[in-house]
Amino acid sequence: MSGHSAYEFKNPIARWLDERLPVLSIVRGQLVDFPTPRNLNYWWTFGGILATMLVIQLLTGIVLVMHYTPHVAMAGDSVEHIMRDVNWGWLLRWMHANGAAFFFIAVYIHMFRGLYYGSYKSPREILWMIGVIIFIVMMATAFMGYVLPWGQMSYWGAVVITNLFSAFPYIGEPIVQWLWGGFTVGNPTLQRFFSLHYLLPFVLAALVFLHVWALHITGNNNPAGIEVKSKEDTLPFHPYYTMKDLFAIVVFLMFYAAFVFYSPWYMGHSINFAPANPMVTPEHIVPEWYFLPFYAMLRAIPSKLGGVIVMFSSLIILFFLPWLDTSKVKSLKYRPLARQFFWLLVIVCLTLGIAGSQPATGAWLLVARLATAWYFIHFLVILPLLGFIEKPKPMPASISEAVLGKEAA
Amino acid sequence: MNTVTKMLTASGLALALIAGPALASEHKQENAEDYAFSFEGPFGKYDKAQLKRGWKVFYEVCYSCHSLKYIRFRNLTEPGGPGFSKDEIKKFIKENEIVVDAGYNEDGEPATRPARLSDAIPNPYKSEAQAKASNNNAVPPDLSLIVKAREGWYYPWYSSPIIKLFKGNGGAEYVRSFVSGFEDAPDGEEKEGLNYNPYFKGHWTAMPPPLSGDDVEYSDGAKPTLEQEATDVAAFLTWASQPKLEERKRVGLMTMLFLGVFALMMYAVKRALWAGVKH
Repeated sequence: MSGHSAYEFKNPIARWLDERLPVLSIVRGQLVDFPTPRNLNYWWTFGGILATMLVIQLLTGIVLVMHYTPHVAMAGDSVEHIMRDVNWGWLLRWMHANGAAFFFIAVYIHMFRGLYYGSYKSPREILWMIGVIIFIVMMATAFMGYVLPWGQMSYWGAVVITNLFSAFPYIGEPIVQWLWGGFTVGNPTLQRFFSLHYLLPFVLAALVFLHVWALHITGNNNPAGIEVKSKEDTLPFHPYYTMKDLFAIVVFLMFYAAFVFYSPWYMGHSINFAPANPMVTPEHIVPEWYFLPFYAMLRAIPSKLGGVIVMFSSLIILFFLPWLDTSKVKSLKYRPLARQFFWLLVIVCLTLGIAGSQPATGAWLLVARLATAWYFIHFLVILPLLGFIEKPKPMPASISEAVLGKEAA
Repeated sequence: MNTVTKMLTASGLALALIAGPALASEHKQENAEDYAFSFEGPFGKYDKAQLKRGWKVFYEVCYSCHSLKYIRFRNLTEPGGPGFSKDEIKKFIKENEIVVDAGYNEDGEPATRPARLSDAIPNPYKSEAQAKASNNNAVPPDLSLIVKAREGWYYPWYSSPIIKLFKGNGGAEYVRSFVSGFEDAPDGEEKEGLNYNPYFKGHWTAMPPPLSGDDVEYSDGAKPTLEQEATDVAAFLTWASQPKLEERKRVGLMTMLFLGVFALMMYAVKRALWAGVKH
C-alpha cells in the first residue's frame, strides 16, 4: 500500500511534472486509488470531519489574529472590535469558538470508534499513539485559545491550570513561574499563550500528516476487525469514500452551523463576557465542557499532586492500550462481554463530565471518585482480564464474507 | 437485562438518591421570570420601537451610573438596531450637550469637544476612582455585554442546559427581572447601603432600585409602567450586547438552507454510487 500508483498520466504536462516530482502519483495512489475496506460504516467518516474542522480552525484563526491584540488591557476590547466592527468578524469568532467544541465532539466520537472496533491493535499501535498525541496537543491548544479573550473564566482557568504544576515538590514553584513569565498570571502569560496557540495548530497539522501516513501504511481497520485479504475486500477511496465522507461532513457542518448561528455561546461560560479581574474569584471555576471529565478526575483526589498525577495518567494510559487489551479479536461485534464494558466506560466518561461541572463536594465528589476509579479499573484490570475470560463469537473468514455472505466468499 | 446493565441501573438509582437532596439546598438565586422577547427563536428580530424606548430608559436612568463603552452613537443608526436617523442622533447629542475628551487645549487645560456619530458613548464618570467614590465603593459595571454576561436559569442543574438550548442563557430575562425585582427582604432584614433583590446572587446588592414606573416619558404612546420600562431596557441592552443578532440569524438561515440542499444532493450521489456495491 506504500509507494505510488503505476498510473501513466495522459496529460503531457502532468507526465512531465510527475517524472520529476511524483506528487501527482502520490495523490493518485493515496487519495484516489487507495484500497479501502468496503464495509466501513459512518463512524469512519469522523477522520475526514476532523480534517475539515482543523482547516476551518486554521483559516478562521489566521484571519482572527489579524484583528486580535494579545495584551491584558486590550484583548477583550479587540475581541469586541472583531464582534462589532470587523466585517464578518462575529462569524469568524463564533466559527472559531464553536469550531473548537465541535472539533472535540468529532475527536471523542473518533476515539470511541477506535475503542469499539479495536483500531488500536496490531498493526496500528503507532497510528493510535500518534492519535493520542494529537488529542493531547489539541487539548493544550484549546486551553490556551480559551485564555485569549481575557475574560473572567479565561483568567481564572489559566490560574487554576498553570497552578497544577506547583503540585510537584521542589520544582513546582519554579516551573509555574517559568510558565507564567512572572509571579502571577499576567501579560507575559497571555502573550506566550497567544504565541503557542498560533504555533501548536501547525504542529497538529504535522501530526495529522504522520497519523494519515501511518494509516496509509497499515490501511483502515473496519467494523469486522478483520484485515484486508484480497482485492474483493476493498473499494478505491475515490469516489466511494470521498462521496460518503463529504455527505457526512456536510451533515456534521449542519449541527455546527446550528450552534454558530443560533446558539453561539451555549457551550461557553457567560461569565467570560466579564473582563478578567484578579481581585474577584468566580463562584465556580469550570473549564470548557470537553475538559470536564479530566477536571473531575483532578478534583476527585484529595491531594493536589495526586490529582495531577491521576489526571495526566488517564491520558498516558491510552498509550499503553494496544498492550493492555489482551484479546486478539479487534471488533467488539464479536466480543459480547467487552461490548458491555465498552458502554459502561462511555457512561462512566459522561458521568465524569457531569461531575466535573458540579462543585466538588458531597455526593458529586463521591460520584467523581467512583467513576475515576472505574476508568482506571477498566483499562488496567478489565481489559487485560477479558482477553483470557471472554469467549469471542465466531467470526467470518474475510471482509467480503462478512459483507457478501458465505456464498460469495 | 444483563449483569452489567443491572449493576449500572442500581448504582445510578443509588447515586440519584444521595445526590438529589444535597443539590437542592445549594441555590439561592431565583430563576429569572420567563418572557417572550421578540428577538428570540431562529427568526426573531428586534422590535425597533422597543429598542428606542429602551435607549430612552438607558440614557435617562441607567446612564447616570453605568457606561456602555462598546456602543458608538453611529450604532444607534445602523440596520438591525433601534434605527434612529443620523440627524436624530446628531440633534440628540446637541440637545444633551454630550461631549468627549479631546486631550488638552492650548493653555494645557483638559479639553472636550461635542461628540460625533463615530464616538463611543462616553463614560458617565471621569475615572474608576470617581465611579467608586460616587457609588459606595462599588464600580457600576459597563452594560455593553451585561446580557451575555448574565444568565437567567440556574436550576434545577440537570434541566438548565436543556432550557438554555431553547431559550438562550436568559440574560435578557435576568436583566428584566433584576431591574424590576427589588423588594423588602422577606424577614424584614435591612443592611446598610445594600438593597434586597431575590434575582441577585446573594440577594443583597449595592445598586438602589433603578425604576419605579413613570421614570421616563415615552413618545410612542406606550405606558411607562415598571414592567414596560424593565422589558424595554432589557431588550435595548440585548441589542447592545449583540448588535449583529439579526444579521447572524439571516445568514444562519441561508447557510442552513444551503447545507441542507447540499447534504441531500450528496446523499443522492452517495446512494447512486453505492447502489451496485455490497457493503
